Amino acid sequence: MSSLLEVENLHVWFELEGERELHAVQGVSFTLEPGERLGLVGESGCGKTTSVLGVLGLLPPSASVAGRVLLNGEDILAGGEETIRPHRWVDLAIVFQGAMNALNPVKTVGSQIVEALELHGQASGRAARVRAGELLNSVGIPAERTDRFPHEFSGGMRQRAAIAMALACNPSVLVADEPTTALDVMVQAQILELLDSLCNDFGLALLLVTHDLPVVAELCDRAAVMYAGEIVEYGPVDALYHEPRHPYTRLLFAATPDLYGRGVPVSIPGAPPRLDLPLYGCPFHPRCDRAFTRCKDEHPALKELGGSRSAACHLNDVVAKTA
Amino acid sequence: MSGSNGAGPLIAVEDLVVHYPVARGLVGSVARRPQQVVRAVEGVSFTVARGELVALVGESGCGKTTTAQAVLRLVEPVSGRIEFDGDDITGLQSRALRPLRRRMQLIYQDPYESLDPRLSVQAAVEEPLQIHGLGGSRKERRERVRDALARVELSPPELFLERYPHELSGGQRQRVAIAASIVLGPDLLVADEPVSMLDVSVRAGVLNLLDGLRKEGLGILMITHDLSTAARFADRIAVMYLGRIVEQGPAQAVVRDPQHPYTKALLSVVPRRDPRERSRREILSGEAPDAVRIPSGCRFHPRCPIAIAECREIDPRLERAGADPRHEAACIRV
Repeated sequence: MSSLLEVENLHVWFELEGERELHAVQGVSFTLEPGERLGLVGESGCGKTTSVLGVLGLLPPSASVAGRVLLNGEDILAGGEETIRPHRWVDLAIVFQGAMNALNPVKTVGSQIVEALELHGQASGRAARVRAGELLNSVGIPAERTDRFPHEFSGGMRQRAAIAMALACNPSVLVADEPTTALDVMVQAQILELLDSLCNDFGLALLLVTHDLPVVAELCDRAAVMYAGEIVEYGPVDALYHEPRHPYTRLLFAATPDLYGRGVPVSIPGAPPRLDLPLYGCPFHPRCDRAFTRCKDEHPALKELGGSRSAACHLNDVVAKTA
Repeated sequence: MSGSNGAGPLIAVEDLVVHYPVARGLVGSVARRPQQVVRAVEGVSFTVARGELVALVGESGCGKTTTAQAVLRLVEPVSGRIEFDGDDITGLQSRALRPLRRRMQLIYQDPYESLDPRLSVQAAVEEPLQIHGLGGSRKERRERVRDALARVELSPPELFLERYPHELSGGQRQRVAIAASIVLGPDLLVADEPVSMLDVSVRAGVLNLLDGLRKEGLGILMITHDLSTAARFADRIAVMYLGRIVEQGPAQAVVRDPQHPYTKALLSVVPRRDPRERSRREILSGEAPDAVRIPSGCRFHPRCPIAIAECREIDPRLERAGADPRHEAACIRV
């Protein structure tokens, strides 16, 4: 039985000046089942957005992509744009970061959704207008506001409209890139609840890309923690918080302030490595508080650890306990 | 001007009101429509003591940034009183303000924009000294630049002096910006969302640094939308809604024992880092109305889950609430 979406060993390189290359995504693999919520979490530059743009075939021509993206078992990456196009928006849709600010200011919100429906041959004319109203309604925008312009909407309402537009073709997978980052905490809660109900009610699978660990902890079932273009730990969010098996995961949670003031948040010293230069050993070892000699020389592979989780850390070979 | 004996609070704001006119546009002017105003801040009072970090929290449009700008005398209040170190500075002209500018410094949200890309770290941190004609000889100024860099933990300073902003990480840039604000030896720092543009892994370092400056005796007014950050780093929290402080008190009292229904709702939706603590979210519908049309009575009543008929008429004042005697909330149902 194949998964809904299976990403296998995805690599992305960007060409730089002077025949140099930046290896932005270095062998990323994950799976997504119907109705599941997976978080792709990491700091800026870790390759999380590049990974999902690679999956959707939306990278610029300066990028080369390798690996397999299986949608219900079919490799949609194999034939390039030709094999991806029939599935983009139809099966796999994305709400881009800042999508709420990318609505066309001179067209009503409803007409922009009608346009998307007609472009993809989903519906036309009156049927498309009815469907647009339904879509907006499903994200919590009352039908009577369909004929309003984006500037008449608040930030939260525009984000809802952007989500409605991504849902136009009734996709099975929704990728949301930092969907709540520019929003206030109450509006963020409203959007998270909306995404939650879309997964519960319609079996939509969600791939949530964010730098915000608490948002992932709140909404997702499982998460993949990315560092320097790789997934370094992958598993249920509860296990990631309570028993991290990679020091980066532990330190990232420890750097996040707690609402009740428990523990002093501590920064992770140093900075992520440059990805346009070859990496030696574990990419995290210069910042790791538990690095040992092997970490400098040998790159750790992402290994299964049981309990449907995996981590890329040599410590897991040494002691079978929390990293 | 005197009074700087350090006994009273560093900053005391009393009944501050700030309005902005709304542009009417050509049609509005010709039609003589009434001039509308944004009631950004409407009667805010608070203090910041030396060695104290006070967080103003709230959603966008609640007036927290305007309040901070008024404290720094960057916007003119309609009424109210701002005291700095015992002196009324509300009506001071810019010439009279100049010696005070050195004592109150602002840290901006975005270190990518606040630093001049053409200035080296040395030049950026030295610039305030030159502007204020302080720091003595060139050699002495260099010494003060080094001290400031060491205080923000950019050490050894030699490693950073000749670098330019593009050669620094986000966290390092914000540290340089902080060094440039403390080089003048200010008494008050106003930090407007000082870490929201930074990566999670370096935020704590910058916040711990501000915490250290607070312990050295600086007063810090921090504007933030992040309740977790406020809870951990502030001594006191003031929660703002539509131009008013609706609740204030010691940070842990406000977070653990919130009194105002707005604070309660806000805290309930803060995502927790532990998935086992997934919040029982109390989501308020809609968004705060704009500050041109402020609701009658309690300005929170249209969104309030426990509002009663009186809330439409009575505009509540801050009164003692909760177990801690320093804790106050503005709600007739508390």
